[in-house]
Amino acid sequence: MQEPAITPDLIAAHGLTPDEYDSILDIIGRAPTFTELGIFSAMWNEHCSYKSSKKWLRTLPTEGPQVICGPGENAGIVDIGDGQAVVFKMESHNHPSYIEPYQGAATGVGGILRDVFTMGARPIAAMNALSFGEPAHHKTRQLVHGVVEGVGGYGNCFGVPTVGGEVRFHAAYNGNCLVNAFAAGLADADKIFYSAASGVGMPVVYLGAKTGRDGVGGATMASAEFDDTIEEKRPTVQVGDPFTEKRLMEATLELMATGAVISIQDMGAAGLTCSAVEMGDKGGLGVRLDLERVPVRENAMTAYEMMLSESQERMLMVLKPELEAEAKAVFDKWDLDFAIVGETIAEDRFLIMHNGETKADLPLSKLASSAPEYDRPWVPTPAAEPLEDVPGIDPIDGLKALLASPNYCARNWVFEQYDTMVMADSACLPGTGAGVIRVHGTDKALAFTSDVTPRYVKANPEEGGKQAVAEAYRNLVSKGAKPLASTDNLNFGNPEKPEIMGQFVGAIKGIGAACAALDMPIVSGNVSLYNETDGQGILPTPTIGAVGLLNSLDDAILGDVREGHMAILVGETTGHLGQSALLAEVFNREDGDAPHVDLEAEARNGQFILDNAANINACTDLSDGGLAMAAFELAEASGVGVTLDASDTPTLFGEDQARYLIACSFDKAEALMVAAAQAGVPLTTVGRFAGSDVTLGGTSVPLAELAEVYRTTFAATFA
Amino acid sequence: MKAAVLVFPGSNCDRDLAVALRGAGFDVEMVWHKETALPKVDVVGVPGGFSYGDYLRCGAIAAQSPIATALKAHAEAGGYVMGVCNGCQILAETGLLPGALLRNAGLKYICKTVPLVVETADSAFTSGYAQGDTIDIPIAHHDGNYTADADTLAMLKAEDRIAFTYGDNPNGSDADIAGILSANRRVLGMMPHPERRAEAVHGGTDGAAMFTGLADALVSA
Repeated sequence: MQEPAITPDLIAAHGLTPDEYDSILDIIGRAPTFTELGIFSAMWNEHCSYKSSKKWLRTLPTEGPQVICGPGENAGIVDIGDGQAVVFKMESHNHPSYIEPYQGAATGVGGILRDVFTMGARPIAAMNALSFGEPAHHKTRQLVHGVVEGVGGYGNCFGVPTVGGEVRFHAAYNGNCLVNAFAAGLADADKIFYSAASGVGMPVVYLGAKTGRDGVGGATMASAEFDDTIEEKRPTVQVGDPFTEKRLMEATLELMATGAVISIQDMGAAGLTCSAVEMGDKGGLGVRLDLERVPVRENAMTAYEMMLSESQERMLMVLKPELEAEAKAVFDKWDLDFAIVGETIAEDRFLIMHNGETKADLPLSKLASSAPEYDRPWVPTPAAEPLEDVPGIDPIDGLKALLASPNYCARNWVFEQYDTMVMADSACLPGTGAGVIRVHGTDKALAFTSDVTPRYVKANPEEGGKQAVAEAYRNLVSKGAKPLASTDNLNFGNPEKPEIMGQFVGAIKGIGAACAALDMPIVSGNVSLYNETDGQGILPTPTIGAVGLLNSLDDAILGDVREGHMAILVGETTGHLGQSALLAEVFNREDGDAPHVDLEAEARNGQFILDNAANINACTDLSDGGLAMAAFELAEASGVGVTLDASDTPTLFGEDQARYLIACSFDKAEALMVAAAQAGVPLTTVGRFAGSDVTLGGTSVPLAELAEVYRTTFAATFA
Repeated sequence: MKAAVLVFPGSNCDRDLAVALRGAGFDVEMVWHKETALPKVDVVGVPGGFSYGDYLRCGAIAAQSPIATALKAHAEAGGYVMGVCNGCQILAETGLLPGALLRNAGLKYICKTVPLVVETADSAFTSGYAQGDTIDIPIAHHDGNYTADADTLAMLKAEDRIAFTYGDNPNGSDADIAGILSANRRVLGMMPHPERRAEAVHGGTDGAAMFTGLADALVSA
């Protein structure tokens, strides 16, 4: 078959700039073949190469005594004691989900699960952070249904409990929804598998589903803005098969147990190309592939298509040749395709053969290491204008408005479409900050949360970045879990615009400072740029996924609020209303600065909660909607009314950081007061849980009435 | 006491069912679907999940698996069988239990803890409860809408073979049916998951009596 000639148009269609094409000519000393051009475009697009973000990602704290493996592998690995490790990562599937919501979201879940079990860990928890356009926008309802069904359709069949996540709505996502999928797995710390190949002449083995034409060019698509040709991009979205993924996971873990696996890499973005180059590069080896041996599901696939296909549920491994028979038996048992498609070679070459023809012959280490890196120009985000006057409001009306908004109502319509209990280790289901999963066969547990407040990040990227980490920290602490480490999924607009790059740089600075101060190093992550449509960018959305450890479930704060419990506020209240939920939902305003985060206070107050967990029945952090929302959430979860003494809007709805609301008995409250005085932690009694009404500033309303609004708004809006 | 738990490709509650059975004192062996014979056991558990991806129709392909023949022989010889969720769908597809499971009336997958009413204590599986008890047990399914023709429903009722009904029917099931028994009362199929409500960590232990009751019935038999 005649391959297309390399023209400036073809180069541009591969997302490569003229300068980048010139570097290709420098590296290989000749014009690339069509297949080689495709390989370069796959390796050098933003999604795979992090060319705009690398410079800044390097500044993040990634180390600590608990970290076994930081960024750079399929997922991060963190020690949880007793010879075990938690393996986790968060990754976006934004562009595909907007084009084809069900499959886009489903394959996002599939991809992140694969990242985790590729390292030898059995997935034990999943989360999904979803951002959609405003509820009234004509695309939103379809996206909500499609994405939620896609997440559930894949995760439920695979058999991993979804333990948390976020769902938000804002007009800035009208043209670009965000689907950030998190997965965590459990592994023995001494049985972790990496991607670096070793040994010359070792068989490179392909396993899993067959290769089709789906997803060809997907990573390049995900590295560009959308415009009115979006419908034409639908064929770049892959189709998921969770049943095959489940078998691939079981087979991979069984195969690892036989000792046959030298190295392993899943085929994600840019499929065969990225996985083979990664394995060779990390091992300092070359790789030869014979494409006629690749299992295919379509006829007459070209080398170009096979190298760029993003068909799902595929793995590449380097196996010990002497254990090939054992390996084959495992894959036969699970009825999965298994083929030796090449070998490791001593020369630094990425040699692609197809039916005896050389389709690509590139220097492998250069292909991997010389991706462009840009120091994009950026301008700092200007300081926010001071907050205009906020009119007074009846506090019950304010609370009702929040509970009746799609952003702050209960998410049960979403979570009930996910299997939250499979594996029978779920100790705390989604909907209350962090989810908690018992470590199977032990009394330990892990807590999981994902957080970010994009309107804060937009107003003040650095404080907003800090706040995302701080809120994740608080959500873990609220369950009694010690925060261990985090993963970041950085969603931004077009990095070629200096103001967008400025948001990115500011957010990274804030995230880095908070992760360092709160000892939650970033161990894995993903960057999604170009989330723009017709030049309109999303709100800057750096999602933080975080994991905490409970050494014993006895230490967990999972109790109920009881009649007569005190409502005790931990932390200092100044009544910060800038960028608050109340301002957005009630007054339709997004002005003022984001609340500032005092990282010392966060660490001190968090440690106080952990040290005094035995005296705390129930706890929640204060975030969107401030004290009023937190008190309602605790009251609603247990069906006990609440009375707060304050009546002014800043005290009830301000969003100052480093705060928690606690419910406990009078006796325990006394003990907490003593401990707080010693620790220098501000503690205030702000009200009482009792009766069946919610009373704020003298106005009462039955809890049941508010709960009805809270529980039914989501379905009423979208079902 | 011995139990086997069948494992189909796509089963994902096999471990959970085995843990619950072990918790009630059973020795549990996992049996791969390509086997043609069962070990000598008192109880066979058919677990939840998505056998064969639930492609074609939930449970339909599993019902044709090599192990299905042995499962039917075990049941016909008077052995105990407990099918949960996908296992319940598989038992319906093998014909060991009457009726079929359709897509939920609301067309959505539903995972939540729901109240069940114990309709009969007259079976090993339900002997740990009293008739009329309300117990909280999670459901997690897309196709749990039990349906059967009027004669079958009348027969199930007349023979006291409805094990559980939903307190607040979540999926459109005929006669609120959540679980049914075979004519000899030794095969139970139920869509809800008792193994997800068997330990304190699950937030409640209403499901535990299903396994301990079964164990007690076997010991005293």
